[in-house]
Amino acid sequence: MTRFAPHSAAQVRQAPLPGQPVSPAEWAAAGQALAAGRLTLLGLWGEPQAVRLALLDASRHRIGLLRLEAGETFPSIARLHPPAQRLERKIADLFGLAATDSPDPRPWLDHGHWPHRHPLGHPQPPAAAAAPYAFLPSEGESLHQVPVGPVHAGIIEPGHFRFTAQGETVVRLEERLGYTHKGIEGLLLGAPLARGAALAGRSSGDSAVAYQWAFAQAAEAALGLAPPPRALHLRAIAAEMERLANHLGDIGAICNDAAFAMMLAQCAVLRESCLRATATAFGHRFGRDLIAPGGTTRDLAPEGAAALRAATAEIAARLPRLIALYDGTASLQDRTVGTGRLAPELAHQFGAGGFVGRASGRDFDTRRDLPYAPYDRLSFRVPLRQDGDVNARIWIRFAEAEQSLALLAELLDTLPEGPIAAPLPALEAPREGLGLTEGFRGDILVHLTLAPDGSIARGHFRDPSWFQWPLLEAVIEGNIIADFPLCNKSFNCSYSGHDL
Amino acid sequence: MQLILPMLVQGAQMALVVLLAPLLTGLVRKLKARLTRRRGAPVTQPWRDILKLLQKEAVVADSASWLYRAAPYLIFAATWVAAALVPTFATHLQFSWTADLIAIVALLGSARFFLALAGMDVGTAFGGLGASREMMFATLAEPAMLLITFALALIAGSTQLSTIAAVMAGPAVGLRVSLGMALVALIIVALAENGRIPVDNPATHLELTMVHEAMVLEYSGRHLAMIELAASLKLLLYLSLIACVFVPWGLAAPGQGLAAHLAGLLAYLGKIAVGAVALALFETAIAKMRVFRVPDFLGIALMLGLLGTLLLFVSARL
Repeated sequence: MTRFAPHSAAQVRQAPLPGQPVSPAEWAAAGQALAAGRLTLLGLWGEPQAVRLALLDASRHRIGLLRLEAGETFPSIARLHPPAQRLERKIADLFGLAATDSPDPRPWLDHGHWPHRHPLGHPQPPAAAAAPYAFLPSEGESLHQVPVGPVHAGIIEPGHFRFTAQGETVVRLEERLGYTHKGIEGLLLGAPLARGAALAGRSSGDSAVAYQWAFAQAAEAALGLAPPPRALHLRAIAAEMERLANHLGDIGAICNDAAFAMMLAQCAVLRESCLRATATAFGHRFGRDLIAPGGTTRDLAPEGAAALRAATAEIAARLPRLIALYDGTASLQDRTVGTGRLAPELAHQFGAGGFVGRASGRDFDTRRDLPYAPYDRLSFRVPLRQDGDVNARIWIRFAEAEQSLALLAELLDTLPEGPIAAPLPALEAPREGLGLTEGFRGDILVHLTLAPDGSIARGHFRDPSWFQWPLLEAVIEGNIIADFPLCNKSFNCSYSGHDL
Repeated sequence: MQLILPMLVQGAQMALVVLLAPLLTGLVRKLKARLTRRRGAPVTQPWRDILKLLQKEAVVADSASWLYRAAPYLIFAATWVAAALVPTFATHLQFSWTADLIAIVALLGSARFFLALAGMDVGTAFGGLGASREMMFATLAEPAMLLITFALALIAGSTQLSTIAAVMAGPAVGLRVSLGMALVALIIVALAENGRIPVDNPATHLELTMVHEAMVLEYSGRHLAMIELAASLKLLLYLSLIACVFVPWGLAAPGQGLAAHLAGLLAYLGKIAVGAVALALFETAIAKMRVFRVPDFLGIALMLGLLGTLLLFVSARL
């Protein structure tokens, strides 16, 4: 598939990447390659007069970016390749570009409460009376519906889940998201780079570092700028601390959903020490506003290295005991083993990133397969499992946390001296750049088009959750309603990053 | 004196259980918090919550019928009467001659019946979900409880708790296989009836996994206060029941003086505290089971109750 994915990771990360203009026939051919499994969908997004498709050739570690001019419609990819479905619905909502022969033309992010329809394309007044959202029908005897959310009993993000169940067994789950839509792509239009970086850090709060890094990568690729080595090291330290904190938090939260509060208590303490060390080292608990195009905004605080070493030493000492606690609690394993099994075929088809994909046999990690500095010089293992249940996703998290600890030790030992930021060069012409980083959930994609004055002409963020939320619907089928929280927490998809 | 003292003891008992029940809930929560490295709310917090709820406005759904409003009081009344029947610090309760262990099971069954109806009354999906799960568990827990009652009655020759407690405290009983089975079965039933881990999680915020909480999700204000108080009473009732039947020592007998009653009270408080520690330890050490495993778990109680009863038919000494 050299035709659609010609660029190596090094090319994408160092130089501007303009979209390869394609004809509708080639566009459809790319869709067929996706459907055949030869390519993986990385992203599909809109512009006022065009649609773009980011593709990954996973076996050869190559990337492609297609651009199709589109007046009002474009050939549907989802017709051939279901993972594109929600992305196409989002394009229709934001830009008014409809996918022809789309299998699902319902709105997605637009719930009928926006002041304009198609706010990023040709804004139009909203429809007089928004039609009620048509959930997919389920027919059969003794089926009943259980609507959950968007307001939940716990303090979590809003999302609506429509269960159709027969007794306790789930026949169909349909998600409805978009409640936290903030219009980030609209806010990016014409914004200076610094504002864009700030918005990136606020797209999905728990992945602030990974988002800002992806944003910085896209801007640096467009500008043809290489940040100094110390900045790259600091970014990696913050990113691994973020991964560690989130994995620990997730493990505790999953076990707590099985009413095993002990694990939550232990993990919460360790997660907190991660966040506090990050705050000491970088001035913010979640590393927000640490990374900017060109480097980092702050250097490691004088006492930062010691704080990070202390926190990681504490976690390295306690983690084996937590693993033993999880492994030794039969009542907990009884809940997690075999629950919410994700088939490897689905994980591959959807290109599921992070622990969701790696627990179901998809051997992909942006840090290793589309390497970026400093990971290209570091050695680490990407854990992989085939069983794909809640238990597997917990074990992947444990293994990744161990890898992060080793990476952090190496990064702290080899931290180079030098400046933490390079000055941004001026541009003569509009430039485009693609950023791809491995957040704790999976690969985060950022695409930027910079105007000659250095401001953002257009920006697009794609959260890994776009390809994980649909899988959650598949995973719960045939399970019982009471096991849904466990499956959901083991996926831990982002609402905010998805709704943008 | 023949009439006044039992009345006094009965009145003290009724006041005591209501006062003590939220404190027991608070104590279990506090212990669990301590076991999970948290400081935890004060032991009096459940009482404060109930008093706060009593002052709050009750928000009632438009679709609610009279049953929804009446159910909390019915549930509280039935549970309170049931709790008043279990000897806590003295055996000679005035009411215990009118109602026995079977009556307690029936009273709790009625309370559950109204709770399940109220859960379905408003017509939300969660109420129905919780009610259906509760009834699924109850179909196994209630027969198990009755079998335990029969086993105890065969040993003591009566279903009256005062008599059972007196026999159990006496030297004639000794160690018996059937009693051991009845104890394990009763503990399982108590865990299920009170919605404790591993059957239900009283602290959960996950509406899809709730059983008891799902049924009362729509309640607020004084209605919720009644239901919370009834739930605490039920936990105290089961702990008292286990204490009264299996560790009946220290109970004040008829005709004994004030000192014996005070000693009985202290012994009772000690037993309840031990029970709270055991419950907190148990709940911290295990995870909740899958909903469809609960019938298996309760099936164990049912079989143990049945075996205990059968053993007593084989030999009265077992």
